[in-house]
Amino acid sequence: MGLADFSSRSTDVSLQRLTKIFKSMDGSGEVVAVNDISLDIKTGELVTILGPSGCGKTTTLRMVAGFEFPTAGSILIGGKDVAPVPPNKRGISMVFQSYALFPHLNIYENIAYGLRVQKLPASEIAGRTRAILELMQLTSMQRRYPSQVSGGQQQRIALARAIVIEPSVLLFDEPLSNLDAKLREYMRDELRKLQKRLGITSLYVTHDQEEAMAISDRIVIMQDGVIRQVGSPRAIYEHPESIFVATFMGKANILPAEILGRDGEAALVDLAGSRLKIPNPGHAAPKAGKGNLVVRPEAVKIVHVESADASLKGKIERMTYFGNIARYEIPVLGTTILAERYNPQGARLHEEGETVGVSFEMDSVRILKE
Amino acid sequence: MIKQNRATPLTHILRDPVLLFFVLLVFAGLSLFILFPLYKILAYSVTGENGGFSMAAAIEAITSPTYLRTFRNSLVLGLVTACIATTIGYIFAYALTRTALPFKGFFKAIATIPVISPPFVLSLSMIFLFGRNGLITRKLLGIDNFNVYGMHSLVVVQSISFFPIAYLTLTGILEKLNPAVEDAALNLGASRARIFRTVTLPLSLPGIVSALLLVFIQSMEDFSNPAVISGNFSTLAVEAYRTITGMYDMRGGAMMALLLLAPTLMAFILQKYWLSGKSFVTVTGKPTSGRQLNTDPKVVWPLFGFCAAIAFIVILFYGTVLVGAFVKIWGINFSFTLAHFKYVMTLGWEPLKNSATLALFATPLTGMLGMIIAFLVVRKEFPGRRLMEFVSMLTFAVPGTVVGIGYILAFNEKPFLLTGTAFLIVMAFTFRNMPVGIEAGTSTLLQIDKSIEEASSILGASSSTTFRRITLPMLRQAFFSGLVYSFVRSMTAVSAVIFLISPRWNLSTISIFSLFESSKYSAAAAFIVVMIVIIIIAIGILDRLVKLLGAPAIRQQE
Ligand SMILES: Nc1ncnc2c1ncn2[C@@H]1O[C@H](COP(=O)(O)OP(=O)(O)OP(=O)(O)O)[C@@H](O)[C@H]1O
Ligand SMILES: [Mg+2]
Repeated sequence: MGLADFSSRSTDVSLQRLTKIFKSMDGSGEVVAVNDISLDIKTGELVTILGPSGCGKTTTLRMVAGFEFPTAGSILIGGKDVAPVPPNKRGISMVFQSYALFPHLNIYENIAYGLRVQKLPASEIAGRTRAILELMQLTSMQRRYPSQVSGGQQQRIALARAIVIEPSVLLFDEPLSNLDAKLREYMRDELRKLQKRLGITSLYVTHDQEEAMAISDRIVIMQDGVIRQVGSPRAIYEHPESIFVATFMGKANILPAEILGRDGEAALVDLAGSRLKIPNPGHAAPKAGKGNLVVRPEAVKIVHVESADASLKGKIERMTYFGNIARYEIPVLGTTILAERYNPQGARLHEEGETVGVSFEMDSVRILKE
Repeated sequence: MIKQNRATPLTHILRDPVLLFFVLLVFAGLSLFILFPLYKILAYSVTGENGGFSMAAAIEAITSPTYLRTFRNSLVLGLVTACIATTIGYIFAYALTRTALPFKGFFKAIATIPVISPPFVLSLSMIFLFGRNGLITRKLLGIDNFNVYGMHSLVVVQSISFFPIAYLTLTGILEKLNPAVEDAALNLGASRARIFRTVTLPLSLPGIVSALLLVFIQSMEDFSNPAVISGNFSTLAVEAYRTITGMYDMRGGAMMALLLLAPTLMAFILQKYWLSGKSFVTVTGKPTSGRQLNTDPKVVWPLFGFCAAIAFIVILFYGTVLVGAFVKIWGINFSFTLAHFKYVMTLGWEPLKNSATLALFATPLTGMLGMIIAFLVVRKEFPGRRLMEFVSMLTFAVPGTVVGIGYILAFNEKPFLLTGTAFLIVMAFTFRNMPVGIEAGTSTLLQIDKSIEEASSILGASSSTTFRRITLPMLRQAFFSGLVYSFVRSMTAVSAVIFLISPRWNLSTISIFSLFESSKYSAAAAFIVVMIVIIIIAIGILDRLVKLLGAPAIRQQE
């Protein structure tokens, strides 16, 4: 294909105690957009920054790109501090949320642009551009202008333009957010396949948690400019270290409980008078005192109200049928517990107004301080 | 606790030597050709005869009754003209944007004629129509002793010259006002008259004030009309010139220049910084949803009558000059002749060639500089960015007379001995006509997604490559409209260059002025007609170029 193998050299990216403070838009105060974050991305890895709007994702990415200058801290690429290196010399590529295609250049010229500014020989430019056009199935529309192709095609052009220059690091700022749901799912798989194949170290920004789960080696959860947790999609989902992470990554029931003590790994807790043994409370669990049980809706089971398994009792307020799941909402202990029943087809479903027992799959329960 | 490191815009720019070069180049240009001459005037006016610091001249000027009268004259003229021109401009703008007026294209054309016209036309018509041998005063009304020279004529001539500025400013505002706001008022049962009074008028108030200030500046700095038709009514721009060239009193001229500069500068700062925060124009309020045009004959026909009357006056004035160029002796012998054109072609050929040549040199320079400054100011971060923006827009508020005086003070001695050179005239054109290009470039850039240029940068292009290959092509439209404007302005400039011409580099507008001074009005008319033809041809050519080069649809993807 004529595409280089990226995995042979180190393109580790290291963010060290990075801070970015903006003057606020009205000019009066300051906004701490990124607050002392550190992160290491290994060569060939795809790391996703996930967080709510305004948490500093884009700012972090733009500092790596060189568009923003860190207020404090440093960025290392392949072990070298890139502070004195302008964006056009960093060997980075970026896929923009708006795609940022050049409106006055056709598709071919858009993709060849990065090679042309490197002043490569004409034959190499043509060869590499054609290879990428082929790979991304864009050959048939190479003479058209960006405004004459669909959104999905624009997205592929943006990606093609970014990888044809064989960057050492690839940055993505919500690259799929302008696509409809179906296309988004398709493109994210394509994107991940391509990234794995080329082995380009990648930093990806999104606020869509499913997208983050689907494409990442590791996920970074950000909130208000700080990193709350870093880990594989599975680790983040199964071992959240804070209630923010637990509720941001998927749904979670948060139930206040009293921790009575430990029995080896397991924790003994008191939940509204019921004594429970949590075999795997997680390393963030407090040893004693007040805590919160974190239970995913799919780990909540609805049992007979008289069942010995029932940790809590309550009346079903609402049942919603989604096809692949049925979701119950049961108000107890001042909150509303969510319980999900998978594959409800043909199963007996509980009625709204029915009083039921609630039990937990204890293996999946975690305990967090706050 | 955070160790604040290298995070200044300064480091940003030091990483990018090309950017640094252009920033320094622009600052050098702005300093040398805008700030330095202004500083020279200021310094000169507080320097005594013996070369030391002295406020004597300044105090004398401020307490001298002649200076004060001239100052007051200029202010009063500026205010009266601003009010009349803005009223005409508002009625035009309202009629064209809000009502189903017939012949809109025609009225729009009428409103652009004074903008691209050579100077002196309206004053000359005034003399042809109302002068001693005036067609109207003498032939039609039989009045012998009407004095055409004075403030009354100036007000008429300036109001017609400058109402298009008000019209253009106000059209922009009225078009952008969200139609939904007015529709909502209509829905609430308000009558059209009430909507106008309670919604449209208050919402366009910032635009009105803006138009008033812009016309005020234009009127204050107008040289060509008062120079030929003000009679005993002295104005600052002309008196400063006469003081220097007639009485060889450089100091007096410099003082007048300062008196002229103070109010225009104030109006400019008000317009730019105070008003800009008060705009009610909704950003998303592009004219998208169709606006309901008022078709009520009780509204449309009076407005039509008004606009037609203004159009009639404009046509009458321009037509008079056209006819005047072809008759033997205006007011005495109306038989056809081409003698004036022969005279003009022998006497005026050199100045015409000079004007066109220098304008052609200045035009691309102005265009490029405008785009570069717009790019730097909108897209780049560097120390002094705000200052660059302010200084480059400043020339709009600095009257040509002040520029001219500043230039002779600044460039008459080493190390910048440039007076009398074509280069200095080209620089005067360039720096005076830059603001329109900058404004056009700035507003285009603000509409273009910044990440398009970032994409170029991250793909390996340097700042200058990005500018050349990405930004500039996207700015094509703004660039060319800036070119047309700066060519016309250079061809028609009088006030600044009248101080800068030399026997080698005489210009056509100044030749026309000399014809006035020797009362050769018919020859002046012929000269003006030739200039109008040249300007129309040039606009035609530039317009073709725009269409040719701006061909591929430059649209933004959503
Ligand atoms: N140039 C700037 N000047 C001032 N404040 C800024 C600037 N850029 C970003 N901010 C502020 O910094 C914070 C972080 O912004 P950032 O764009 O990084 O958020 P984000 O996580 O990308 O959000 P989103 O999901 O909405 O894109 C926000 O509060 C934002 O208002
Ligand atoms: Mg963002």
